[in-house]
Amino acid sequence: MSLITVKNLSAYYESRKVFEDVSFTVDEGDYLCIIGENGSGKTTLMKALLGIDIKHTGTVLYSGFCKKEIGWLPQKNQHQKDFPASVKEVIMSGFAGKGILGAFYSKKIKEQAKQNMRLLGIEGIAEKSFSELSGGQQQKVLLCRALCAAKKVLLLDEPVTSLDEAASEEMYSLIKKLNRDGMAIIMISHDISRAVAEAEHILSLSNNGFFFGTDAEYVEHVKGDI
Amino acid sequence: MEFITQIFSYPFAVRAIIAGLLLSVSAALIGVNLVLKRFSMLGDGLSHVSFGAAAVGLACGVAPLQFSIPIVIIAAFLLLRLGRNSKINGDAATAIVSSSALAVGITVATLTTGMNTDISNYMFGSILALGKGEVVVAAVCGGMIIAIYVLFYQKIFAVTFDEDFAAVTGVKAKWYNSINAVLTAVTVVIGMRIMGALLISSIITFPALSSMRICKHYKCTVIVAAVVSVVSFLTGLLLSFAFDIPAGAAVVLTNLAAFLILSLVGKVKQI
Ligand SMILES: Nc1ncnc2c1ncn2[C@@H]1O[C@H](COP(=O)(O)OP(=O)(O)O)[C@@H](O)[C@H]1O
Ligand SMILES: [Mg+2]
Repeated sequence: MSLITVKNLSAYYESRKVFEDVSFTVDEGDYLCIIGENGSGKTTLMKALLGIDIKHTGTVLYSGFCKKEIGWLPQKNQHQKDFPASVKEVIMSGFAGKGILGAFYSKKIKEQAKQNMRLLGIEGIAEKSFSELSGGQQQKVLLCRALCAAKKVLLLDEPVTSLDEAASEEMYSLIKKLNRDGMAIIMISHDISRAVAEAEHILSLSNNGFFFGTDAEYVEHVKGDI
Repeated sequence: MEFITQIFSYPFAVRAIIAGLLLSVSAALIGVNLVLKRFSMLGDGLSHVSFGAAAVGLACGVAPLQFSIPIVIIAAFLLLRLGRNSKINGDAATAIVSSSALAVGITVATLTTGMNTDISNYMFGSILALGKGEVVVAAVCGGMIIAIYVLFYQKIFAVTFDEDFAAVTGVKAKWYNSINAVLTAVTVVIGMRIMGALLISSIITFPALSSMRICKHYKCTVIVAAVVSVVSFLTGLLLSFAFDIPAGAAVVLTNLAAFLILSLVGKVKQI
């Protein structure tokens, strides 16, 4: 049984169609990269999966988890530069959807947050100010926040764009590690060759339709085009 | 010292202090959110709407506070919505609504009751003239705002920091934005009675701005803002008794002093 099954999904802004009739599946522990040119609708597709107000037709089915148990790393954070928040506060907000009230988090949740921070190697900066971190560190913190919200799947929107070489490598290896631990990954990427190297499946969006298959099938598919 | 015990021997002064303290804390809590969400001008716009509504209420012989609260709540919703997804820019919308409401208030007041003390009380505040009923309303509203803020603290933080992400994790972000609009409206109306329509928005934004000079964590920002607000209120009130100046103006001036001091502390800390 697939974790996520998408059938004939089309999305619109106003009346303009962004993409049409996209179908694909994501299995437990899968690693899917979504590629395509700027404006091809990758972010829109991800938002439709997340259930953010995107006008769409077609179906998105989840099994084994519910929508609010998806971990999401949004594209390029538009957080204000001077927002006063500690790394810990940002990470804990991954749990904000749980429960009705929320003056404090339980011991169990705090322990889970600590464990996730250790996993990503950021327990040392827990008390630092989020807005004063480097871009790479901020992405790691936001990955950790996503991890706190996630049960089985992470949705990452261009997680390494605008990071330097070393920070990108670190992000890629952390994502790989999470994937090996059983987390399914859906990642939007700009770097096609890297996407093919990292992922097991590729979803490519373009103006004239979409491609979905394994990384090897994608390489074959592109060869045929040339 | 004698002066202070003397103040506490007047029941009207004690009432004023209690209402003012609750208002100070709730204004500071609301303010942190408004400043961080870049809605600082909302408090200012709503205070003018509140004044306009109170003037109309007075003219029609309806209790001004009870009349203002629903109207200001509606205005808060409209302005927050306008800010989000309309072609009119939020700041511009606030400016239009705020000056129009003020103009309506002044016109109605002049045509009916005239610009009497009642009207000027709403313009400049009159903490010492608060009636028993008004103090109860202020205390209940203030207490409610503080309770909501504490009970939903983590969710409010999540929505303030990243609304889309919070909504994805299952936080009812739209609901919290609505609550925020209602609480802001109530704070403004109650605050108008105490601080005056012209000055209430400053006690909403000042404490948050002051505490952000020295705080890098959200929890610290919230707590310091509340403390700054309370200390400024008490100091301002004492100054107003001592020098016989309007309480609203005195409180704003102490807030300004607190802002300058904390800015300095923030600068020194950076070095
Ligand atoms: N909020 C919006 N309103 C209207 N059009 C939008 C909005 N967001 C994105 N678009 C348009 O939808 C298309 C797809 O955008 P997006 O999904 O962000 O692409 P990608 O992530 O692949 O770069 C683009 O042409 C973009 O201009
Ligand atoms: Mg995008």
